[in-house]
Amino acid sequence: MLKKILTILLALTMAGMALAGCGPTPGPVEIKIGVNAELTGGIPVVGASCKNAATMAVAEVNDAGGLEVGGTKYKVTLFVQDNEDKAESSAAVAQKLITQNNVLAIVGANASRNAIPAAAIAEDAKVPMISPWSTNPKTTEGKKYVFRAAFIDPFQGRVVAKFAMDQLKAKKAAVLYDVASEYNKGIAEFFKKTFEEAGGQVVSFETYTTGDKDFSSQLTKIKNAGPDVLFLPNYYSEVPLQVQQAHKLGLTIPVVGSDSWGSEELIKLGGKDMEGLFFSTHYAPDIAAPVAKKFIDSYKAKYGSTPDDVAALTYDSFGLLFQAIKSAGKLDRQAVRDALAKIPSYEGVTGKMQFKEGSGDPIKSAVILQIKEGKFTYFSTAAP
Amino acid sequence: MPQPVTTLVQQTLNALQVGSVYALIALGYTMVYGILTMINFAHGDIFMVSTYLGFFAAAWLLGLALNMPPLVIFLSTLLFAMVGTATLAVIIERVAYKPLRQAPRLSAVITALGVGIFLENFTLAVIGPEPRTIPPLFPLVNLNLSGVFVSTIQIVIIGVSVIVMIILDTIVRRTMTGMAMRAISFDKTIVPLMGVPVDRIISATFALGSAIAAVGGILYGMAYQLDPYMGIRIGWWAFISAVVGGIGNIRGAFVGGFILGFVEIFTPVFLPSSTYRDFVAFSLLLLLLVFRPTGILGRPIVQKV
Repeated sequence: MLKKILTILLALTMAGMALAGCGPTPGPVEIKIGVNAELTGGIPVVGASCKNAATMAVAEVNDAGGLEVGGTKYKVTLFVQDNEDKAESSAAVAQKLITQNNVLAIVGANASRNAIPAAAIAEDAKVPMISPWSTNPKTTEGKKYVFRAAFIDPFQGRVVAKFAMDQLKAKKAAVLYDVASEYNKGIAEFFKKTFEEAGGQVVSFETYTTGDKDFSSQLTKIKNAGPDVLFLPNYYSEVPLQVQQAHKLGLTIPVVGSDSWGSEELIKLGGKDMEGLFFSTHYAPDIAAPVAKKFIDSYKAKYGSTPDDVAALTYDSFGLLFQAIKSAGKLDRQAVRDALAKIPSYEGVTGKMQFKEGSGDPIKSAVILQIKEGKFTYFSTAAP
Repeated sequence: MPQPVTTLVQQTLNALQVGSVYALIALGYTMVYGILTMINFAHGDIFMVSTYLGFFAAAWLLGLALNMPPLVIFLSTLLFAMVGTATLAVIIERVAYKPLRQAPRLSAVITALGVGIFLENFTLAVIGPEPRTIPPLFPLVNLNLSGVFVSTIQIVIIGVSVIVMIILDTIVRRTMTGMAMRAISFDKTIVPLMGVPVDRIISATFALGSAIAAVGGILYGMAYQLDPYMGIRIGWWAFISAVVGGIGNIRGAFVGGFILGFVEIFTPVFLPSSTYRDFVAFSLLLLLLVFRPTGILGRPIVQKV
């Protein structure tokens, strides 16, 4: 017994000596940034794109010698964590990045169902967070430390509703959406509201739950309601099944989608069933401006594929964050948050973003893409 | 046909398709329960593995480009997935469940949950999280029968599941192995004394149940999608099918699968929106179990003292 106590005492003394030996900490030598991404789960391509673009943005800065803050150049270190596309894991990842990895700021999560819980954690801990891809208003609503690089759903819902009415001449619309996911539910309701305000009629408003693979019951119901257009504001992994099942049931009306469609997996999974369909998104790689072109080319060279909207928005999130850290002049969470809030506008890969004082939501335009010969092709732009 | 009739026929077909898949998986739950009074919660994930085996076999056979007739490709994919899945299930039984046969029931059930999580994460790590589809192994044609749309895959799913059910029923009722299975489920202590090789029969039960799940897996993979977590939801629905039909009873599992298929498809039809589908569906099932606690075809359990 005595021996045990002695051993513990000895260990404690040694630990104390080791700590004392460090002396005053010399201050941070690196900038730590956390990435909260959907690497596994229902939408793995989103996580992969986010991670790729983040790695690239950081490598570019580090290759140039680091980020200059207050006269010193700092290397940037990334901490990429998988949130498994689950709300509770996303909150845990945010918590871990803040307390364990002690990051200066967080980029992600991407899907709104993960970004909303993560945003609550970041706000409580007073850590700046930028969600690249979340479009649900709740992510930033009432929060001071949370920003985003994407437009928000009240705008996107209006864009799609207007497109369906003006371009597709639709008077009756049907919606099928995932009621258990914040993003899908939010945009479905905004679409319904604007479509009805503009004089249209939503004849069928059907739901399912995340993980469902059979939509035949809902689609049969939709078919009987006789709509002119079907709106599917769901993720790229589910939409092909929904479109294929609609076609199998003889429902061949035009289908429109939203930015959750923007992964090439959509075409891989859906094949020719996806041909000719439209969706709204953040940027069109085929009509890229010079800034975007440079990004697209180096992304292609590094990863061998065209960057999707998540990659572009993640890259822009890092652009915004780096600019804020530089203008903050010190590695302090509060200073970075204040600098982020002061950025009036930013010219990114996904176009020009304007920020209103006190709001984390950029004002920016959306594009409509069409799937043509198995490729995403630019169709039109919708100004804010 | 007038619209209400076409809708009814269409939704019935939809329900039969969904129900067939549930029925094929529910059989595995019910067979293992019948013989071991244990719920093999890994069964949904074994089903998931079977779809991946089918996916790789089909991709490999189509990649060879030997111009084999589609029927040969389909049958070899099916055979490969069935044998592979059966082998996996037998290994799982030997490694994870057999050492616990004398332990309390709960230990084996928890082990089964663990095996399921292992299979999910193993697939995730080795194959990756991207959803996939088994390439069509026979021509997928859509038929329009005066307003009712039927696809070839739908006909095959429903047809195959009925055939499998008949074959299984024959095996269990007419063969020696089947008789041994029924004997073990009747009394586990006396039967070994009669010279019935209990271990071999238990292995056979696992193999048979999993091979049937593999049949469902191939058809499901062609009609829908596969991903490492697909076994969770469908496993639960199939397990509930088995309970509703009367767990331990093979015909009951089949009936239960179709009941759940009909509940899933027809609940949204009568509701103004599909939001409360699962809530209503499971409330109905709860009510059924209140009046028939052992399921539709289940026999009341007599506690022996």
